[in-house]
Amino acid sequence: MAAKNIPMREALRNALREEMLRDERVFVMGQEVGVWQGTHRVTQGLLEEFGPKRIKDTPISEMAIAGLAVGAAMAGLRPVAEMMTINFAFLALDAIVNHAAKIHYMFDGQFRVPLVIRAASGWGNQATATHSHTPEPIFAHFPGMWVATPSNASDAYGMLKASIRSENPVLFSESIALYSRPAPVVTDDPDFVLPIGKGEIKREGKHVTLVAYARGVEWSLQAAAELAKEGIEAEVVDLRWLRPLDIDLVLESFKKTNHCVVVEESLPMYSFGSEIAAQIQDKGFDYMDAPVKRVSAMDVPLPFAKDIELMALPNAQKVIDAVKEIL
Amino acid sequence: MARLTKETLLDWYRQMVLIRQFETRCDELYQNKTITGVYMHLYSGHEATGVGALAALGPEDHVITAYRDHGHALIRGVHPNPIMAEMMGKKTGVSGGKGGSMHIASRQHNMWGGYAIVGGHLPLAAGIAFASQYNDRPEVTISFIGDGASNNGYFHEALNMSGVWKLPVVWIIENNFVAMGTRIEDSTAQTELHNRAIGYGIRDGGRIDGQDVFAVYDSVSEAVKYAREGNGPVLIESITYRYKGHGVSDKTYDKRFADELAEWRDNKDPIELLRRQLQKKFKNIDPELAKIDAACQAAVDEATEYAINSPDPTYEDLISNVYVEE
Ligand SMILES: Cc1ncc(C[n+]2csc(CCOP(=O)(O)OP(=O)(O)O)c2C)c(N)n1
Repeated sequence: MAAKNIPMREALRNALREEMLRDERVFVMGQEVGVWQGTHRVTQGLLEEFGPKRIKDTPISEMAIAGLAVGAAMAGLRPVAEMMTINFAFLALDAIVNHAAKIHYMFDGQFRVPLVIRAASGWGNQATATHSHTPEPIFAHFPGMWVATPSNASDAYGMLKASIRSENPVLFSESIALYSRPAPVVTDDPDFVLPIGKGEIKREGKHVTLVAYARGVEWSLQAAAELAKEGIEAEVVDLRWLRPLDIDLVLESFKKTNHCVVVEESLPMYSFGSEIAAQIQDKGFDYMDAPVKRVSAMDVPLPFAKDIELMALPNAQKVIDAVKEIL
Repeated sequence: MARLTKETLLDWYRQMVLIRQFETRCDELYQNKTITGVYMHLYSGHEATGVGALAALGPEDHVITAYRDHGHALIRGVHPNPIMAEMMGKKTGVSGGKGGSMHIASRQHNMWGGYAIVGGHLPLAAGIAFASQYNDRPEVTISFIGDGASNNGYFHEALNMSGVWKLPVVWIIENNFVAMGTRIEDSTAQTELHNRAIGYGIRDGGRIDGQDVFAVYDSVSEAVKYAREGNGPVLIESITYRYKGHGVSDKTYDKRFADELAEWRDNKDPIELLRRQLQKKFKNIDPELAKIDAACQAAVDEATEYAINSPDPTYEDLISNVYVEE
C-alpha cells in the first residue's frame, strides 16, 4: 500500500472527496465550507470540484443545518454537515440528540439517519470560555449515534470514510490542534475504511495503561516516551471512538498492566474518565493494583489569558505525574 | 445637526477617532504578538453607527453587543486602559483578562458585554429590557446585531418575544453585507433586513445610512423615544462597511473585496464625512480637530503602556468567580 505524509486536514479532505466521488448522495453543508474554502481549510477546493449543488454554504443557522441534514438523511441523502466549531453544535443539540439519535428507534426502524456531523474541537488558542469546549462525551451520552474522535491523519481518513458509509448518525470531532499534524495516509485504497468502534494500541507497554482519544493520545505518547527513559513502559490505548466504546481493548491491556491513567482533553465531571474508571472497576476489579487516575482539563471555564489557560489544561507532564502517583 | 451643540459634535468626532486609533493600534499589537489569541474583530468602518446610536442613550440605558465590541465599549465611556489590558489578557482588564477582545463589559457603564456566540446576546437584550419594564424604569436597551446573526434562531425568538411583550429594546442590525466570508445575498433571502420587522409585528425603523452619524442619531433617537414610551421594540438596519477581514485570522478579505473596500474607504469613511461637515459648519475648525486627534493618540499610547505594564492573572484568578460564593 502506498502512503503519503499529509496533515490531518488534508486527509479529511481526501476522505470527503473520495466518498463524494464514490457516492452521488453524499453532499457537504455548513458555514463557510464553500466560497471561503472552509474555516479550517478541510473543504478547500471542494466547491470548485463539485459545484454548489453538493457543497452548500449555509447561513449561520446551526439548528437548521443539523435539522435539515437529519431530514435529508431520512429521505435518502448522505449529508456531511459541518459545525464550524463544536461549540456551535450546542445550538443544534436538539436536532442532533432528539432527532438524529432517536428517529431510527422511535419509528422502530422505518427511517435511517445516515448523517455525519463534523465539528472542529478543542482549546489552547485563547479562544475563551464559550469557544473552547471539548464536549464529545456529551454527545456520547446518548444512545442512537456514534461519536468519532480520531487522533491522527490516517485514523481520521479511515474513520471519516467509515462514518460517511455508516447507516447511523455520527458526530465526528476533529481536534483543531491536530489539523496541521502530518502522518502517513494511504493514497491508493479508496476503501480504506476503519471499523466503527475499534480502538488501537498506539504503543505497547506492560506497566501502566494510558487510555485516551483524540489529542489525549498525543500527550499519552509523549508521556510514554519520557517514562520509557526511566524504565516505565506505558501502553497507549487509543479508543478512536467514544461510541461504540472498545472497552474490551482497555480491559485486555489493563489485565496485563494492572494500572490505568485515563487522559482526556475534556472536563473531569461526569466524563470519559469517569466512564472508563467505572467500567474498569466493574469488569476488571480483580486486576486492579491501584486506583484509576484521570488527567483532564481543570474543572473551570477557560480564560483568555494564555498562562492561566494553559495551567487549566492537560499535558504530557500531568500524565507523567499521574502515572508516578500510582506506580 | 442644528440642534446639536458644537461641543457634542466634537465629542462625536473624538469618539470616532478614538475607536479608529485604538483599533489601528490593536491591529499593530496583534501583528507584533503583544496581543495574542485567535480572535480579534475590528469595528473600523462602523464607527458612525455606534457613535450615532449610543448618543441617543443616557447613562441609565443599556447596551449589549456581539464580539465586535471594542467600539461600543469606548463609546459607552469605558476607559481605554482596561479595555487594552483586556485585549492583552491582563489582570487589570475589564474582565480580569479572562474574557479577551470578544468579551468587553463594564457593569458600571451599563455595557453588558460582547458575546462570541452569534445571536446569543439577543435574548439577553430582551431580558435586560424586560427587567426595566418589570421594575417600571424608563430605560431602553440597544442591542447591536450582525447581518449574519439575523439568520440565527436566537434572532427569531428574541425579536418575537420582544414584540409580544412590548419590551423597550431597539434592535440595530449593523449590515456590512458579509458574515465572515458569506455575502448577505448568499445567506439571506430577504436582504432588506429591516423588513423583518413586519414579520414580527414590531416597528420598522427603516434602513439608514450607517456612515452618516447624524442620520443614525436621528433614527435611533426616534426609536429610543418610541421604546421608552412603552410602545415596544424597533428594528433598524444600519448600512455600513467593515474595513478589515472578519477577524485577525481572515487573510483573504482585502483581496476579495478590494474594489468595494476602496470605494467605501475613499468615499464613505464615517470619520471623513463628519470632518467635512464640521469644516463646513465651523470656521477654522482644523486646529481643534488636530488637537482631538492628538489627544486620542495620547490616550491610545497611554492605554498601550498601561496594558503592557499590567500584571498577568494568576492561578487564583483562574479558579475565582466560577461561582458566586454561597
Ligand atoms: C452560533 C455561532 N455560529 C457560528 C459562529 C462563528 N462566527 C463568528 S462571527 C460569524 C459571522 C457573523 O457575522 P455577522 O453577524 O454579520 O457580524 P459581523 O462579523 O459582520 O459583525 C460567524 C459565522 C459563532 N461564533 N457562533
